[in-house]
Amino acid sequence: MTAATLTARAVTKTYGTTTALHDATVTIAPGEILAVLGPSGSGKSTLLHCLGGVLRPDAGEVWLGDLRVDRLGERARTVLRRDRFGFVFQFGQLVPELPAIENAMLPMLLAGAGWPETRRRAGELFDRLGLAGLAGRRPGELSGGQAQRVAVARALIARPDVLFADEPTGSLDSLAGQQVMDLLVDAVRAQGASLVLVTHEARVAACADREIVVRDGQVGTLVES
Amino acid sequence: MTVSTTLLGLLEPEPSHGYELKRGYDSLFGADRQLSFGQVYGTLNRLERDGLVTAGGPAPGSGPDRKRFAITPDGVAALEEWLDRPEPPEPHLQPVLFAKVVLAVLSGRPAARYLDTQRAAHLERMRSLNTQRRSSRLTESLTAEYGLFHLEADLRWMDLTAARLDQLAAEVSR
Repeated sequence: MTAATLTARAVTKTYGTTTALHDATVTIAPGEILAVLGPSGSGKSTLLHCLGGVLRPDAGEVWLGDLRVDRLGERARTVLRRDRFGFVFQFGQLVPELPAIENAMLPMLLAGAGWPETRRRAGELFDRLGLAGLAGRRPGELSGGQAQRVAVARALIARPDVLFADEPTGSLDSLAGQQVMDLLVDAVRAQGASLVLVTHEARVAACADREIVVRDGQVGTLVES
Repeated sequence: MTVSTTLLGLLEPEPSHGYELKRGYDSLFGADRQLSFGQVYGTLNRLERDGLVTAGGPAPGSGPDRKRFAITPDGVAALEEWLDRPEPPEPHLQPVLFAKVVLAVLSGRPAARYLDTQRAAHLERMRSLNTQRRSSRLTESLTAEYGLFHLEADLRWMDLTAARLDQLAAEVSR
């Protein structure tokens, strides 16, 4: 798979009178792992949501390859998020009634893929993510680290161009967090996807190829270039 | 942390006597170990020999304390070079990082930028320790973990300090 370059150009997003993101420009190359650092409330998650087509910026542009994301309507962005993006949040947000494997299968099934193919693909990801033997467990029967790895499988199953992870280890102890990060990075690299990693943890940021910092809604780097 | 660069930092705002420098150093950085007068004057003499400070006087009276030391342009350059250069990211860096932040704040330099440069150096080192952690036997991997935990602690301290630079400036410039 050849992933596409994801770019935000001069993106601004305002909530009421608060400017959460101001004139933000960032490019994520295909296959690149980018850490987004910054204090709480600095605009990190807003940047991720604008890049991921969850929020529409008030100004500026978001591009995935030659597709202009910010101009897409609600329905088209939903399809884009399902087919070309993957998301992992701090708390796995799995469907409690479904077995782990079916949680991971959801994006492909919703996109109309057949059950056998989807089941096979989910099985591969479960093996890669150290979840073999846990397919039939409900989310409530999984540890925090296991549940988060199921969320990673769900995010990767449709072979997205870009995976977005917002504090993916924030709810885990350090050992489980490290394990999730190692498996996440390996799986992303194996698929050739890009990863945008919002975190305040240095350990997690150190898994990335480079980092940017968001402060008071402005995007910068640690070292002046 | 080197005593000589720290004394240069303390001398930069205004010329000073050895006794005042010792007092300034001890109150900011001497919680664990205060400077002896011998160290202060020995260091100042070396700085003078190297052209980084000049000694005015002696003023009427006698004794080394009558000399008033001032930083030279070469001294300012040496101080700036030290402040700009990130420290090798190793465990137990807090005293030197703290000194850089305080001296930057005292002299009106951008302390946040020094912290960012250091953060970048720390993250780079953590990346290489991460690779080491994942590619070695458990014995070596645990050594890498030790380094990672210490660097992580440094980075947390840098985050906290960066968030309190205004308060720090108010306190140290009193």
